[in-house]
Formats: sequence, structure tokens, C-alpha cells
Amino acid sequence: MNKTVFKLLAATAITLAFSANAFAQTRGGTLTAIIQPEPVILTSALNTAAPTGFFSANVFDGLVEYDNDFKLRPALAESWDVSKDSKTLTFHLRKGVKWHDGKPFTSADVKWTLENVWKKFHPRNQIIYGTVTSVDTPDDYTVIIRFSEPSLAVLSSLNSNGAQVLPKHLYEGTDILNNPYNNKPVGTGPFVFKEWSRGNYITLERNPNYWDKSKGVSKPYLDKIIFKVVPDAGARAAALEKGEAQYAPFSPVPLKDAERLAKLPGLKLETRGYDWISPWLFLDVNVDRPYFKDARVRQALAYAIDLNAFNKVVWYGFGKPAISPVVSTLKQFHTDDVPKYGYDPKKAEALLDEAGLKRGADGTRLRINLDYLPYGDDYKRSGEYIKQALKRIGIDVNVRAQDTPTYTKRVYGDRDYDLSVVWFAGFADPLVGVTRAYWSDSVGKNIPWSNGSGYRNAEADKLIEQAQSSASQSERVALFKKLQQRVQTDLPSIPLLELHFFTIQAANLKDTVAGVDQIYSSLKNAWFDSAPKVANAAQATASVTPQAAK
Amino acid sequence: MKIRNIVVRRLLQLVSVALGVTIINFFLLQLAPGDAAQVLAGEAGAATPEYMAALRAQFGLDQPLLVQFWKYILNLAHFNLGYSFRHGMPVAQLIGERVPVTLLLMGASILFAVVAGATLGAIAAYRAGRIADVVISTLALVFFATPLFWIGLMLVVVFSVWLDWLPVGGMFTIEAGYTGWKYILDIARHLVLPAVTLGLFYMAVYTRLMRATMVEVRRQDFVRTAVAKGARPPRVLFAHVLRNALLPLVTMLGVQVSSIIGGAVLVETVFSWPGLGRLAFEALFQRDFNLLLGILLCSSIVVIVVNWVVDFVYTRLDPRIRFA
Repeated sequence: MNKTVFKLLAATAITLAFSANAFAQTRGGTLTAIIQPEPVILTSALNTAAPTGFFSANVFDGLVEYDNDFKLRPALAESWDVSKDSKTLTFHLRKGVKWHDGKPFTSADVKWTLENVWKKFHPRNQIIYGTVTSVDTPDDYTVIIRFSEPSLAVLSSLNSNGAQVLPKHLYEGTDILNNPYNNKPVGTGPFVFKEWSRGNYITLERNPNYWDKSKGVSKPYLDKIIFKVVPDAGARAAALEKGEAQYAPFSPVPLKDAERLAKLPGLKLETRGYDWISPWLFLDVNVDRPYFKDARVRQALAYAIDLNAFNKVVWYGFGKPAISPVVSTLKQFHTDDVPKYGYDPKKAEALLDEAGLKRGADGTRLRINLDYLPYGDDYKRSGEYIKQALKRIGIDVNVRAQDTPTYTKRVYGDRDYDLSVVWFAGFADPLVGVTRAYWSDSVGKNIPWSNGSGYRNAEADKLIEQAQSSASQSERVALFKKLQQRVQTDLPSIPLLELHFFTIQAANLKDTVAGVDQIYSSLKNAWFDSAPKVANAAQATASVTPQAAK
Repeated sequence: MKIRNIVVRRLLQLVSVALGVTIINFFLLQLAPGDAAQVLAGEAGAATPEYMAALRAQFGLDQPLLVQFWKYILNLAHFNLGYSFRHGMPVAQLIGERVPVTLLLMGASILFAVVAGATLGAIAAYRAGRIADVVISTLALVFFATPLFWIGLMLVVVFSVWLDWLPVGGMFTIEAGYTGWKYILDIARHLVLPAVTLGLFYMAVYTRLMRATMVEVRRQDFVRTAVAKGARPPRVLFAHVLRNALLPLVTMLGVQVSSIIGGAVLVETVFSWPGLGRLAFEALFQRDFNLLLGILLCSSIVVIVVNWVVDFVYTRLDPRIRFA
């Protein structure tokens, strides 16, 4: 009996040893990633555009990292404390970290970046750090941030995208927006910047002095990352299929191609790593239009759209019908307890009749325009689907196309639109990404991605302001839940889908997702498993070589 | 006319056309809604009024339009194309980086179009009405009628993905780090598909043009005379027929060179070729007007110069035409 148990244990131990062995990360290799569109600038402290964030996190560390449950993990900060009144935040920094040019990283860098970059230029951070009164650095490895009012949202945005620390010694006293190091970044991160050939590629090389040396293994595993600019979606699909690129984030190919590529043996489709962005797709309704002033009309629009079919037909299932602007993956803040608008065209028609929008002689109640975010075919087809859906309840929609600056000026500046299809990033704290869509202060100021509907509600404004300065997280949660109920009753914008972005990557590229914000954090954990199963990339190179030899 | 007069007249012409192009473009572009700050803020995914104001001040967009225009013209007078704030680089440097890459693609595609087009056209003319002529003319018609980007994608699917002979896109294999001949060969392999794609349409045009003119020229009296006095067929072809048939082709060539930036946008996009066409195209969508104006100005100068060259080539091909 004992012997059997022993044998079993031994067998398990051997299997474990073997599997552990099989999964040992191997060092080396060059990863070719697709970056699209080409970044404007390589430091996300100054521009939070998606491609910049995707690239930049490999060069710069954040103060912390996030794991797969939105929990904080040490990075440049080894530990942190929040004071009882939530007005003081202290970071204890990692010792011995060096900038890529060899200078030591200290608390002075954090203080300088907070005061000069996060407060002034970071497009999202001004709401978080606006109430900072002083930043103290008692020694080289301690940073104490004092706020005049609590700002708990800060904890949700301390990664490389939200709190990217810039080297003070290269930036101090310069014109920050025009500093040449914006485009040849010097960071502390796992990869060192090498070259940027405009319109072509950006290369990074392994940082041999990187601080992350857990269990005797020093990260990163990859030797080199090449970010290739591939502007055409068809060419991106071909490059992935052929193995010329092994990693492509942010839904790089049309949805209908994604399924086909995911089925290829050498490729894998990954939807994890985007939760920190919390993206939701919605239909903004211009409440300043006389016919949209009545909430019943807006509710009628929501009842008329079958979100399940919309998700399946237009988004190929890469989404989830949304009931609130705070997506369900943000478990802490999302609430189910909101007015819901399931597909019910009869009710929609009844509401329109009640609101006085009766069908005319030709069966039409209203003729309006719909503008969609010009980011590709998916948004255009979303607009066309809504056109069909609203036609059934007697609303005639004309779908309009334009380029991005024209679109943002129309919706956020001129406010000369009826309906607009757009997605926002809600981020890990609704204060950072969601409330901007409802806060009345930004209406009509020509600020892209702000309150486009023109919703002005005193109660909503008050809830937002309270949540901004509340010292208790549980109170903030309650406030955000109330806000969701308020805006889902008034419905100035109609949530459509929680979007699921995807990455297409080589199947032998392992450990590409380490947290909810993976898409904006580094690839320091990624490694190539040279198992024969995925000879796609190797094959391609092998068959290329004899050609080159000719 | 004296050489000096010709030079002065041509230079004046160049300056006035360039200035006209600049003025028209500058004010035309102002009609596009939105500005560069708005595009940047839009891409950032979030913005605040302070951030937008900082960007506008940096770009000089907070100044009156006429002041901006005056500054731009002053810069031009100093042969300074200005600064692209979006890219954080001088416009001249951005254009300078892309020009060789574009010239390579342009040169290769023109060479392909002219050589293939003239050869096929000549064969078709000599075999007029026979099977070779029918095949060539049909092919020419097909390439003439098919959109560029579609041909490009099909070539990628066939030659890169299925047959795996040529790379999908880009200009060279970055990760391989080739040097010397290997590097040149690598670029050549990357060049084949985009150059062929870009050249196919004009190849079709040249084939048709060449065939038509040669059929006509061969019927002319001087050709019959040449044959009658006993000139060998190759001499008849090259010295008598081809030379006279080249004039319309040279005209078309001028058109091709001038229009190539437009066509290059598509091909450069499909093949991830880091050229000037894509830079111009992106500059328009990004409202990066300093850069766009610079590119438009440079290409208008190219068009003018190419026209001079065409005029000059005419005089060499046909001594009856004078260069003025």
C-alpha cells in the first residue's frame, strides 16, 4: 500500500519535474511585433495613444504593475502606503535601478515627472494629480505625495501608461514637448531603445542590467523586439500567416479574418490583457436636438436595437452586450442594478408615440444623421446596423463618413450631429475614463472624447465630484453605482457593447499576458518555445535563405 | 534664343509655379475641419483643455492665419521647409529620409514599365492580328482596368503566402542585419512586388501606345524607303521605327513620373514601403500641414523639372522640335 503511494508520488514528481522542465523559459530570440498605426512619439507620459503605450512600456517601467485581478504588484516602487485620511501617498522605491544611460533612478525623477509632466501634459492624469499640494523626497528612495483632497483613483493608474517616470537629468529645463529624447527614449525598462526608422520600424534590445531577476533568472527573455509598421490590414494578415511577424495587438486584422487566422496551427488568438482599458462601445445621442430632449425618445432608441444580434452580426461575437458604461469586468464598480432596455421594438414605438413623434404619411417619424468613429469597417457596419434597426421603428437614418479630425470637431466642437457611434476606454477606475462622458463641464469645448451627448445633470455632476474627492473606496463604489443608475435612466448615451479586443500571436510565443494591462505593459515575461509544433516562422526563414543565397 | 534667357525664363517659371502652388495649398488646407492638436489629442484617447492649449501653442496654431502664412513664406525664402511638430523633426529631414526610398521604388517601377511595355508593344505591333498580339493586348487591357491595390494584394497572396518566394512587405529583413551584397539583394527581393504592382498599369499603357504607334509608323513612306534601300531589319526597327514611335511614350512617361506619388500611396501602404506617398497621405489625415505643404511643394518642383526633361528629350528624338 505504502509502496503504491510512494510509486504514485514518485511518478507525479517525475511528471512534475518533466513538465516544469518543458516549461522552463528559454532565453533569446527576436520578436517581430506589428505596431499600427505608427506612434507619433515614443513616450506615453506625453501622449497616451495606444501604439505609443504599447511600445513605450517596454522602455519605461511604471511605479507598479497590475496582475490579472487589478491588484498592484511592485515595479519601480517596492511598496506603498496610503494614509488614513487618504490624503498622503508614500512610495518606497526600488534601490539600485539605473536608467539606460547608466545614471541612477531616484525619487527626484518621480517628483520631477509628477510636477512637470503628469500634472501638466499627461492627457488623463490631470484629474488624478490636480489636487497634489506637495511632493516630498526625504531620501533618494522615498516619495511622499500630499493631496489637498483624497484622490483614490490614483491607485488605478500607476503602471507605465499612467505613471511613466521620465529621467529628470535629460528633461529638466528643456522644452518638454520638443525634447529629442521623446523620440529616442531613455528609460529603466526591460528593453533599450536602438533605432526608429520612420514609417518602417522601431528596434529595441534586451537590457542586460534590468532589475527584475526573480529566482536567479534575469528578465527579459527576448534578445530583441522589432516593431514593424504595417499600414495595410491585408498585409498584416499575410505577415502573421507567413510568420514574418509574431505578435500583433489591438485587433490588427478585420474581424472576419481573425477567425481564419486563429485556426492556423502556428497562430493563436488572445483576448486577455485588455481589461485595464475597459472599453465600451456606445451610441451618443445629441440631447440638444429638440427631438432628443425627451428621455423617452432616447430610451426608444435603446429598445429598438437587438444587442445580441448586433454583437454577433457586426462584431462577430468580439463583444458583450453592455448594460452600463462601466463594464462588467470591473467587478468592483460595475452594477447590474440599472434600468435595462432589452430588445422590444413595440415598446420603442409606443414610447415614440407617447413622446409625440408620430409616424408621418410615409411611415417615417424622424429623419436624422448618424456619424461613426472613422477607425475602420467595424464602426461603419455598426452604424449601418443601427440604421436598419431604427428604420423598423420609423426613424430614417443617414450614415455619414468623414476623417477623424472632422469627426471629433463635429461631435465635440460644433456639436452638429444627431447620433454618433464611438468607443471610450473606461480604464480601471471610472473616474479616469467613464465620467468624462457625462460630466457637464466639458460639453462643446472641442475636447475629443469628452461629453459628446451634451448631457447636463446636476445630480450626475455632484456624484462625479464626490467620487473624485472621497476618502473611502467603498463610498466611491456606492457613488459610481448611483451614477450608473442615473445615466442609464436618462440615457444620454446608449451603451452598446463591452468590446473584446484581440491579439494575434505566434503559438510558440509564451507568457505574453501577465496582467489586466498587458497591452500597455512590457513583454519582459514573453519567451519563444522552440517546440517543433510551430515551425511556421522557422519554415519561412528556412525557405527564404536558399532564395537569398541564389 | 540665348541659353541665358532660357535659364532665366525657366527659373522664373519654376519660382512662380512653386509659389502659386504653396499659396493655393496653404489656404486650401485650412478648409479641412480640425487641426493637428485635435488629431493628437484624439489619438491620445483623452485630453483636457490645458493639454490642447499646450499643443496649439507649441504648433503655433494659436496665432492668426495670416501670421502663420507670413512665417511660412519667410521660412521658404530661407529655403527652410519648416518643422513638423507631430514628428518632432524638420520637414526637410523627414522628406530627405523618404526621397531615396521613393526614388528607388519609382525608378524600378518606371524601368519595368518602360522596358516591358515597349518590348511587349513592339512584339504586338510586329505580330499584329496574330496570337501573340491577341494575348499581349488582352493582358494589357486587364492590367489597364484592374485597380492597383487589388493587384498588389493578389501578388502578395500568390508569391508571398502561397509560393513563399518573396517577402510580404517592408524594405529589408530588419532582423537579419545583412550587409554588403546580401543587403542589396535583400532589398531587391523586397522591391520586386511593389515595383511590379506600381508599374503594371503604366506597362499596360505603354504596350498599347507602343503597339498603336508602331503599327502606324511602319506603314509610313520613310520606313518603306529604308526597307527598299536594303537596311537590315534590326536597323529598321531601332533607328527608324522605334525612334519615331518613342515620342508619345516619352510624353506618357512624363505623366507617369508626375503622377507616381499618388499611385505610390496605395502601393506603399499595401507593401509597408516607407516612402513619400504614405508620408503625404498620413500628413493629410493628421493635419500636419507643414509637412504636407513641404511634400506638395517638392513634388510640384519635381513635376516642373520632369516636364523640362521631357521637353529636352523631345529635341533629341525629333530634331524638328526646339527647346525654349
